[in-house]
Amino acid sequence: MDMSQTDAPIEPVDAAHESAVSTRNISKNYGEVEALRDLSLEFPRGQLTSLLGPSGCGKTTLLKIIAGLLEPTSGEVEVNGKTVTGPGPDRAFVFQDFALLPWASVIRNVAFGLEMRGVPKAEREDRAAHYIKEVGLGGFENAYPHELSGGMRQRVGLARALSVDSQVLLMDEPFSAVDEQTRRKFQEDLLNLVRNENKTFIFVTHSIEEAVYVSDQIAILLPRPSRVSEIIRPTGFRHKDADNIRRDPEYLDIVDQIWASLRTYVE
Amino acid sequence: MVSRSLLLKILSALILFGAWEIAGRIPVSLAFPTFLESMSALFRMMGDGTLWVAYAETLQPLVVGVAISAFLGIGIGLWVGLSKTFDWLFSPIFIVMQAAPLAALIPLLVLAYGIGLTSKVLVVCIMAMPVIVLNTSSAVRNTPNSMKEMARSYLASDLDVILKVIIPAASPVIFAGLRLGVSAGFIGAILAELKITPTGVGDIITFSRSIADYPSMYAAIFSIILLAVLFLNLLEAIESTLFKGNQRGYVSD
Ligand SMILES: Nc1ncnc2c1ncn2[C@@H]1O[C@H](COP(=O)(O)OP(=O)(O)OP(=O)(O)O)[C@@H](O)[C@H]1O
Ligand SMILES: [Mg+2]
Repeated sequence: MDMSQTDAPIEPVDAAHESAVSTRNISKNYGEVEALRDLSLEFPRGQLTSLLGPSGCGKTTLLKIIAGLLEPTSGEVEVNGKTVTGPGPDRAFVFQDFALLPWASVIRNVAFGLEMRGVPKAEREDRAAHYIKEVGLGGFENAYPHELSGGMRQRVGLARALSVDSQVLLMDEPFSAVDEQTRRKFQEDLLNLVRNENKTFIFVTHSIEEAVYVSDQIAILLPRPSRVSEIIRPTGFRHKDADNIRRDPEYLDIVDQIWASLRTYVE
Repeated sequence: MVSRSLLLKILSALILFGAWEIAGRIPVSLAFPTFLESMSALFRMMGDGTLWVAYAETLQPLVVGVAISAFLGIGIGLWVGLSKTFDWLFSPIFIVMQAAPLAALIPLLVLAYGIGLTSKVLVVCIMAMPVIVLNTSSAVRNTPNSMKEMARSYLASDLDVILKVIIPAASPVIFAGLRLGVSAGFIGAILAELKITPTGVGDIITFSRSIADYPSMYAAIFSIILLAVLFLNLLEAIESTLFKGNQRGYVSD
């Protein structure tokens, strides 16, 4: 089995993939509740890192701290070597609850990030229309969010994040609202996206299979207060094509192994 | 759908007018004219111009008062909703204002500002403003946090967040407040004319009652209700053209 795996939270990564994002000794308290404690993690450039852990363990919190939407109680985040003090053009967020504007059409929702960046209307609508097609919503440009299914709304959120062309994509359970078939389709699309766009993806999920399927690196988080318990780097099957991954013995081994280490917390 | 709701509106109006006509014919009271008598009085007053002269008078405090209440009310409401300090400072004032018995305050207003336009405008404002302020501020406070976070993560400035997220999100409740405020403003305008000095439509009501010309009195009351209904419908039309996607409510989950 040619997968590397350590228990240490910080792992030396090969030079070609230096970190795009690093979090250092992050702690976050919500009043009495200690959500994250002393969490350190490196996110290699151009790769997809999954955050996997039980519900309520602080995955969204960590993602929002990286986005600059929340301030950590202590510790710091660096993106491309610069300390994060707030939201920036180098990061785009896909929200767990979509966060679409109900009074705005699909195209206006998708173009929102560009609008805030001062891109002129004609140009931003062109770019928005391009990404709407890319996520498979062509023809729905002028629909309103309440006219879309949950999965379609999620794709609007995805198109909005893609359209601003940020280096780092922060995705909070982006596939949670879609059915199994669509989910598989999205996962394949995501793999292509990681391959073709030189972007860094940080991906939150509940699903072990999904994490192993799409990730270059999986960080397993412990329940509150959350730290990284394990980092797994499935490398053996990454070059295989989409259909064969799910049959790969290494894929199945890693799924079993993650389940074995997580089940202690479920029971 | 549209034609069906219009049909229902017409139907309910017909039932109302029919009941009025029957009640007038029984009669419920000698001072209660039939619908048709009232309507003919209405057309007579429209014909000889009395009604238009009266409205030229009544609309002054009404329009000025409602305009002040809308602008100031939404402005203060936004502020109160956005800032905790302003909330502390202003909310109690408007809650008291909303609960205050206006009839008791009118003599004080007259004492301070005389019987002119100022007092009447103030009466309209006292009626209309609190509900506009309170609705606006609570709508602003209840803007879904996830939308504000989304906007900030896509680099919206504070002003962008207010203009592009908070105000559109709050607009249904702000408009609901405006509708309630405008109705209250109509009540205020008539109340002012009945309690301060009889002018305009209030004068028609007072005068025709004193000479027992009840059809004219009810015609005047009917006309003001009609005007209020028309105005509220106009407001609704403005709202639905401004914020189209809001119409069918929020997308939850
Ligand atoms: N605004 C808040 N105020 C207080 N506590 C909070 C707040 N946001 C999150 N928490 C707490 O912090 C913990 C982590 O929350 P978070 O949303 O990050 O979990 P999560 O891992 O994303 O969960 P899920 O997988 O269910 O989305 C939870 O226990 C939650 O109760
Ligand atoms: Mg979450």
